[in-house]
Formats: sequence, structure tokens, C-alpha cells
Amino acid sequence: MPNGSTLIRGVRPLGAKPTDLLLANGTLVATGAQAAEAPADANVVDAAGLVALPGLVDLHTHLREPGREDAETVDSGTRAAALGGFTAVHAMANTDPVADTAGVVEQVWRLGREAGWCDVQPVGAVTIGIAGQRLAELGAMADSAARVRVFSDDGHCVSDAVLMRRALEYVKAFDGVVAQHAQEPRLTEGAQMNEGELSGRLGLTGWPAVAEEAIVARDVLLAAHVGSRLHVCHVSTAGSVEIIRWAKSKGWAVTAEVTPHHLLLTDELVRTYDPRYKVNPPLRSSSDVEALGAGLADGTIDAVATDHAPHPVEDKECEWSAAAMGMLGLETALSVVQQTMVDTGLLDWAGVADRMSTRPAVIGRVPGQGRPLAAGEPANLVLVDPDAQRTVRADRLSSLSRNTPYAGRELPGHVIATFLRGRATVLAGALVQPEPAGVLR
Amino acid sequence: MIRHLLSAADLDHPQALRVLDTAAELLALADRPIKKLPTLRGRTVVNLFFEDSTRTRISFEAAAKRLSADVITFSAKGSSVSKGESLKDTALTLQALGADAVIVRHQSSGAPHRLATSGWVDGSVINAGDGTHEHPTQALLDAFTLRRHLAGGTGDLDGCRVTIVGDVLHSRVARSNALLLSTLGAEVTLVAPPTLLPVGVQTWPVATSYDLDGSLPKSDAVMMLRVQRERGAAGGFFPSPREYSRRYGIDARRMALLPEHAIVMHPGPMNRGVEITAEVADHPRSVIVEQVANGVAVRMAVLYLLLSGSEGGQDR
Repeated sequence: MPNGSTLIRGVRPLGAKPTDLLLANGTLVATGAQAAEAPADANVVDAAGLVALPGLVDLHTHLREPGREDAETVDSGTRAAALGGFTAVHAMANTDPVADTAGVVEQVWRLGREAGWCDVQPVGAVTIGIAGQRLAELGAMADSAARVRVFSDDGHCVSDAVLMRRALEYVKAFDGVVAQHAQEPRLTEGAQMNEGELSGRLGLTGWPAVAEEAIVARDVLLAAHVGSRLHVCHVSTAGSVEIIRWAKSKGWAVTAEVTPHHLLLTDELVRTYDPRYKVNPPLRSSSDVEALGAGLADGTIDAVATDHAPHPVEDKECEWSAAAMGMLGLETALSVVQQTMVDTGLLDWAGVADRMSTRPAVIGRVPGQGRPLAAGEPANLVLVDPDAQRTVRADRLSSLSRNTPYAGRELPGHVIATFLRGRATVLAGALVQPEPAGVLR
Repeated sequence: MIRHLLSAADLDHPQALRVLDTAAELLALADRPIKKLPTLRGRTVVNLFFEDSTRTRISFEAAAKRLSADVITFSAKGSSVSKGESLKDTALTLQALGADAVIVRHQSSGAPHRLATSGWVDGSVINAGDGTHEHPTQALLDAFTLRRHLAGGTGDLDGCRVTIVGDVLHSRVARSNALLLSTLGAEVTLVAPPTLLPVGVQTWPVATSYDLDGSLPKSDAVMMLRVQRERGAAGGFFPSPREYSRRYGIDARRMALLPEHAIVMHPGPMNRGVEITAEVADHPRSVIVEQVANGVAVRMAVLYLLLSGSEGGQDR
């Protein structure tokens, strides 16, 4: 029995008028006046001034286990997730060994269950070893205990058009989706940063927008042709937003995600040659950033996904070209979305809930997640203080790695509490160990 | 004076002139029987070369020695040493040795910038060529050479027309020259096949052209860049070295298109027969050997100005 029942007092669901929420037996059992009739022994959380959102769902997380436990583990990564307000994360397949068999995805899924910080939904590789040659056993992963529905070779593009077509077709049998890392490999050989004026000046090999857009365009046409679901990972260019908007206008089953860093940061940061800003796809221009925000606001882009990519210190403390690509994201995602989307008026909190919980849960077919804050629904929710300000410190993050691009930056908003099926994983902004029951705020 | 020299853009007009004027004074030394000055006695200069470069390394070594500095040369050629963590570890080692200046050549663009801003070393960092980014002392010696031939050896390069020809995309020499020569008032034109001009070059302070024959009559100097043969066939930047030579190489016919007073430059090492014919390379109006001699004086000036600004060594 997780924590008995919990009464959350004076919280603003999706930023609306303050009310009470009662959680019991893993379920949100009552709201408003009915919630106030909580049992006398209920844990009480004073949530005045806090906004309640359904627990966040990340479509794109690198937990690094198995294989790179020096960078992150399922346990450390899901701690970071809980602190960031997430109740479910999709663990990307580019581990070592690659998550391309039922055995590996079940292992990751089980590690997530044992850690207990949030639901871990393994992503299965599209091709064996993410080598882009032959389809992995997608059906076996779908039928496994891990119930895989999202398939991705993330980090690598399924660039072979026939292979991509077959993958799109094949996953229809179990309502799966192919999440494409859109990067034309020949156009990005040795690419180090966004191709533009700055790459020319800095002498760094460019990663042109067209290398993403050409694949996105091909894939939406393929998805339409075979009548399958396509999801585009970490959209980074204005042109991709245009193509996806066009595909959606045709009624095709295309969804897309954007990362928090592509909503906030631009390639100007690369002037420092500081590898903390090295990421794939690369940071783009300010006009791309603007188009991504607009696309997320109008729903062209369905979801914010972190692409949380931990790397050990030595892989970033070096010269640019030798550094690994990727940034931490789980513990700062909601703050960055607040700064770029809410505080700018592009999205309200209901919109944030839609893009960071409801829609990603639908895309990933995650049961019990992304549900409305209504009586009878699973008690997966997050309480955020939108008035808080904090300065990000890499050494205070829960992740095993330190490669946040936001170190030293002041960001708005702070996750105060996270509930996973009624159990508080985070209270007062700190992790709550599963046993014994935690102290209340 | 600035503390590090990472980019030609680090020098404003007065600072660039000061380097050239200082180099001119130091060049006079080369004619004396005793070439050494005591200026940097007791100071330690480290040559940190992660990439092969006999010419630049020797030039810096000679410059530092003529100023009486202690010179340590560290050649870290080879992938295992030149990657990742080892840049930091190498830097920390140099720091422990008490380097007052680190002259760094690295195959990765931005590596000198990283050394200068990481806090791993306290000394001055001088970029001796980083990846396809910059090579500021090469630009300084080119400016020095241009000034001697086109501006009477004093002042800036106001109105001098300099045409830089070849693989601009991969050339750190071209980047540094575009910046420095513009700072000094020269009119720079980059000539290359479209595949070898960087994206965004229209925002540089230069003109561009695809037509070498059309550019030469309007040039007071033409600087030929080294073109690696492998950029052709396999690289796909041009169809073949032969076609490249025909369209963008300089030969006697093209030399005749230049004005009478114009000079021919090359940063070396040359690919004779690709971007320049032997006839042009060895022509009296070719100043390629003089560029090398001027390189020592310019590098002495840079070391002198960067290091003498911090009396008695760096604070540690």
C-alpha cells in the first residue's frame, strides 16, 4: 500500500483555480469538495501556489544501462527523471549490448521496475545492432514483458529507404511506431556543428539543415504511402517544421518531438568551443529556434522530449572534435519549457501538460500515463512551483554525469513533488526513498 | 597587448601594426653577426605540436631562441596522444613545467581556444594552426611581406588588392588572412571553385569570385593556397587535380595577366604542378622564400609582445 492516501491542498490543476486532490490506492480518487473529505490519517501536502500537471512522459531518454554505467544507470537516470517531474521515460536502444532483442528490453524494463522512480518503457532498435542492415526482431520485443511500441535506431538514421519502408509497415501489426533520427549520413560525414555562417568562420565541419529535412520529407511520404505511424525525433530546423506541418495537413499519421535545448539555445554558443554545447542534431540558428517554438505552440510538433544524453566528464573535457555529442535534460526540461513557452505566452499549463504528458503517452502507447487530472485516473502527477528561480549547478544534479548546458544559468520553475501511482517519488524538491514512507512538505 | 593569440581577429588595427613594426625592428637583427636578444631570458616557451609541421615548428623555435627563451618542443603526433583527455593532461603537464607561453598546433579547430579558456594553463597561448580554423602568425608574416613589397615597409595595407586562390574551405591560412588583411585595409578577394568556398563566406569582409583569369589583372598580390590532391577524386570537391590546375592553378600565362608590380605568395608547402607551376614558384616576383624568413621575425615580435607585457612571468 503506497503511502496510504495523500491530500494535496490548494493546488492549481493545469494552472486553473486552486482546488484539492485526493490520492489513494494509486488512484486520483477525488477532486474539490469531495477530496476535502479525506481520511483523517491522510498525508497532507500544502500545494498553495503550485501547479499540478499529469506526470511527464519522456519519449527520448538515454539511460546508458547496460554498457555505460559510468555515464548513467537506470536507477540514476530515473532519479533524475523523477526530480524533473517525469513518471515515465522511454529508454533509448543504443546501449551496449543494443536493445535489439526481447532479452535486453526486458532487462531494462525490469531494472526500471526495481528502481521504482518512474516507469521505464524500453525503445527497441529498428535494426540489429543499430547497424542499419537488417530488421531486429521487432515482434519479439513488442510481445515481451517490456511491451515495446516505439522503435528507433536513435543516434543513427535508418537511411536505407527500403529498410525504413519495411520497418514502418512491419510495426503496424502491433500498433508500433518508428521514431526516426533524421540525418542523411553522407551529408553529415564528420559534421561538428550547424552548417551556416558560424561553421565557416570557426572551421568546423557543417551539419546542414537539409540533411535532416531530406530524411523527414522522404519519411513522411513513405509513412503516407504505406499507411503507418512515423515519429520524428528531435526536430531541429525550421524546414522540418514546415514539412511536418504539411504532412499533418494531409492527415498523415506523423508526429514529432523537439528537445528543450533546441527551444532555447543557438549555435552562437559554439563560439566558445566548449563541448558542453556539442549535441546531435546540433544547436541551430535563432530563426530555427523561433520556428520550433511556434511549431510546438500550434501543435505541429506534438511533444517535448529531452534526449537526455549523459556522458562522463572526460568525454566533454577535451577539444571540440574529440568530444561526445549530447546533453543532460531530464532535470531541467520543465524549467526550459516554462521559460521558452509558458513565460513567453506561447503555451499555457494545459498546453504544457498536452505536449509533455498526454501526447507523448499516446505516441508511445504507454498505459496509465498522460491521463487527465480527474477522479478515477491513475495518480501520476507532478506539482511545480512556477514562481521559483534556481541557478543550475552541474554538481547538484542527480544524474551520474555533469554535461548540462545550463550550468550557471538561472531557470524558472521548480518541481516540488512527483507522484507515481500515488507514491511520492519527490517531495519538497527532493527524492523520497521508497521505504520507509517519506517526510511531507 | 592581448594575452593570447588565437585568431587574427584578436588583433585590432593598432595592435596589428605594432606587431608588424616590432617585427621590422627585429628583422634588422638577422643581419647582425650575433642574432640573439636577451629579452626572454629565463622564460619558458613550449612548442606543442599535435600535428606534423616542420616549417612552423622550426620557425617558432628559432624565434623563441633568438629571444633567449628556454624552448621545449613537444611533438604529440599520433591519434592516441592527440585525442580527448590527453589534451588536458598534456596541458597540466606543461603547467607543472611552468610554461610562460604555449605555441599549439592541433588538428582540431578550436583546440588552442580550449587551452586558453579551460584554466588548464596560465601562460599565453599562441595558435600555430588549428584544424581548418586559423593560423594567425601565418597571416601576420603574409601581411609583413605584403607591406614590404606594396606599402614601402611601413603603415598598413590600405587599398592593396590581395587575391587568395584555392581551397578556402579547408584553409586556416585563408581565414586568418581574410581577417587580418581586412583589418589592415587591404581589399581581399577569395577565388575558388564554389565547392571550396565556405557556407556564409558572403558575410566575410572579402569579395569572392570563381574566375581566376578575371581577378588577376586587378591584383597587387596573389596568394596560392595548398590544395591537397585527395580533395579531388575521393573528396569530390573537384573532378581531378588536372582540371583544378587548369581552372585555378597559376602558370606563366596567368602570371602575365598580373600587373607588372604584383607578387606571388604561397604559405607552403607547395604542390608544384597542382596550384602553382615550378616556373612561377621560382620566378623573381615570387616571394615564397622571403615569407619564410619574415616568419621568424614576426613570431619573435608576437612572443616579445605577448610575454613582455607580463613582467617576471605569469602569476601562479
